[in-house]
Amino acid sequence: MAELYRLTAVKKIYGDRVALNIASLTVEGGEILAIVGPSGAGKSTLLRLLNFLEPPSSGQLWFAGEAAPVQPPLTLLRRVTTVFQRPLLLNRSVRGNVAYGLQLRGERGEGQVEAALNRVGLTDFADRPARALSGGEMQRVALARALVLNPDVLLLDEPTANLDPYNVGLIETIVRNQNETQQTTVVMVTHNIFQARRLAHRTGLLLNGELVELASTADFFERPRDPRAAAFVKGEMAY
Amino acid sequence: MTKNHNEAFTQPGEEMRSLKFFNLMLVVALMLAACGGAATTPPPAPTATTVPPTQAPTNPPPTSTTAPTPVPEPQTLRLATTTSTADSGLLDAILPDFEAKYNARVDVVAVGTGQALELGTKGDADVVLVHARSREDKFVADGDGLNRLDVMYNDFVLVGPKDDPAGVNGLATAKEAFATIADKKSAFASRGDDSGTHSKEKSIWASATITPTVESGWYLSIGQGMGETLLFANEKLAYTISDRGTWLAQQENLPNLTVVVGGASIAENKDKGLLNPYGVIPVNPEKHPGVNFELATNFAEWIASVETQKAIADYGKDKFGEPLFYPSSVAWKAANP
Amino acid sequence: MFADLFPIVFLSLYVSGVALAVAAVVGIPIGAAMALRPLPGQRLVDLIVYTGMGLPPVVVGLAVYLLLSRSGPLGILNWLFTPPAMIAAQTIIALPLVIGLTMSAVQGVDPALRLQVRALGATPAQVMWTVLAEAKLGVMAAIVAAFGGIISEVGAVMLVGGNIEGSTRVLTTAIVLETRKGNFELALALGGVLLVLAFVSNFLLLRLPGRRAN
Repeated sequence: MAELYRLTAVKKIYGDRVALNIASLTVEGGEILAIVGPSGAGKSTLLRLLNFLEPPSSGQLWFAGEAAPVQPPLTLLRRVTTVFQRPLLLNRSVRGNVAYGLQLRGERGEGQVEAALNRVGLTDFADRPARALSGGEMQRVALARALVLNPDVLLLDEPTANLDPYNVGLIETIVRNQNETQQTTVVMVTHNIFQARRLAHRTGLLLNGELVELASTADFFERPRDPRAAAFVKGEMAY
Repeated sequence: MTKNHNEAFTQPGEEMRSLKFFNLMLVVALMLAACGGAATTPPPAPTATTVPPTQAPTNPPPTSTTAPTPVPEPQTLRLATTTSTADSGLLDAILPDFEAKYNARVDVVAVGTGQALELGTKGDADVVLVHARSREDKFVADGDGLNRLDVMYNDFVLVGPKDDPAGVNGLATAKEAFATIADKKSAFASRGDDSGTHSKEKSIWASATITPTVESGWYLSIGQGMGETLLFANEKLAYTISDRGTWLAQQENLPNLTVVVGGASIAENKDKGLLNPYGVIPVNPEKHPGVNFELATNFAEWIASVETQKAIADYGKDKFGEPLFYPSSVAWKAANP
Repeated sequence: MFADLFPIVFLSLYVSGVALAVAAVVGIPIGAAMALRPLPGQRLVDLIVYTGMGLPPVVVGLAVYLLLSRSGPLGILNWLFTPPAMIAAQTIIALPLVIGLTMSAVQGVDPALRLQVRALGATPAQVMWTVLAEAKLGVMAAIVAAFGGIISEVGAVMLVGGNIEGSTRVLTTAIVLETRKGNFELALALGGVLLVLAFVSNFLLLRLPGRRAN
């Protein structure tokens, strides 16, 4: 697996607060990387940088071997997409929401929209107003909306935090499937360590903006090197 | 409606009780009227009393139980008149005298002649002062007004652009000038609002057997007051008819216009058809109970009195070098044969 | 009399309709942009816009009159006492309403939604259009409010139009005239026509985007 992202001495500062301070991080193409850590640790900030929504305050970010400019071109930005904790659907039908990203790119892709709806099990709901669905169904729409774009990188910011076990399981299955069949790189932020163990190849712990542990998932949970990671894994970290 | 008001006041003691009763009825009537009831019958205004009736609902009854004393709070007289009369400034000059003499406050509502008479027809004014003789006569004939009095007259002038595109400057009558303007299709601004001035304008067109239409393009009917019409004519370089008073008052704002027919003063106006007589008419209390007929009659008599007529004759002399109005009341003519 | 009414009604709709269209085309993007990208002095700009919403139409009319008068700077346009002057004045009256209410409607859209839409690959312009679509009801309310304000105003169109019969007379100035002439019933009837006009126009305006059940 080739290196897809490389972050070197990347800092993100808001006002006088250092939200992110990453000495070094690489994301391998085709892997599922889980980022865990307490709230306010900087996980969402990291995802925003990876989606090129904000530039780093200092440091350098490489993508696919090339340095990402401060104002990344649209083509670069559109290779990555994010599904957030809240579905954030538009005031239109389910189908309209799923097709939205394609519309932005000027593509029609009707077959793709139907296929995506099918994958998340919402074919029968295609013409309903998206906001009339249940929480789990709405999050599946958000996922379909992201997958239909066939992105190089799928970023997930606690996508199942508010969901019931059925939808959690369904979404995890789809994400794993996407990664295995399309080699889509996945970076997912989660509170749920069990989810990280189920899905991720590697896991990292973000604490006060710093990456204190990064290892294969097995090593992270069974042989953490940093004492803070050990405390976290044992559930002794209070946050 | 009571017709025999006089029977209510036969003894001094009864006067007091009747006055209290009258006050009470007035309070009730005003409260009901304020609730929008058009069907209430307010008590009739007395025609012969020694005490001016009050109109303020919170006014306490006089405390004296012997001879009635005048009520200290000023009464309000609603005077409906035309915009040109108000614009001339005459009322501002002479009304304070009336207000002092009769302990009154005159509310001047200045609107078009039609609306002024309509206010009288509805009883929303106590007295009207307008200059449209035939409509005034109709007003009285319909029973809306009583005891019309001659007050004064002024004249109209035809004004137009200084370079006189129609070539009418110096013509003796407006009728000739109108005919020439129509012939040359020069721009003409009409008030178009059925005012006294508009009526005069229409009569001049009629006398020249011309019927100007808006489709013609040169005849501009704008439906506004005299001041606005003059400003409009100044802007559009058009001819228009104006009463001399408004013309003189507005002249400095009208740099593009000058008098083309009518001369520099009434004395020099060769066209008798441009004379403009004014009448004052108190509104008939039998048809419109609730109007202050007594005060309205006082007003009519005051404006026709020799003293006020003299003030009218003097108005404008120091400001414009000539009077704007000529007194014409019966009393004045008797004193100045 | 009905023959006289048609040109007056038509002109009212024409003047206010064109003014509304111009104000919408110019004002909606500006209002959205102001909400999405606050400038350094944004609070002052907001204050100016909100003050503009309360500007008396007759004052706008007076300003436009002075500009377009023969003795004014734009006298050369010869617009005074013609419909273009009326449209100009009403556009100025409508603009702050459209900008201010659109800005408010867009500000009401979830800021997280903006981030999501950008993450899906929207350009700044696409973000603006998407957010406006989400704020559709609020934007339509802005349009309807602006239309109501200008179709019923009389001060500006009287001053800059001149109420000329056959060329610049609209419903509101006709009402003033008939009232002045003492034809109260006719004035009331014209007022009724104006109300019906406003009702029907708003009905049509509100149908445009369609109301979605959430």
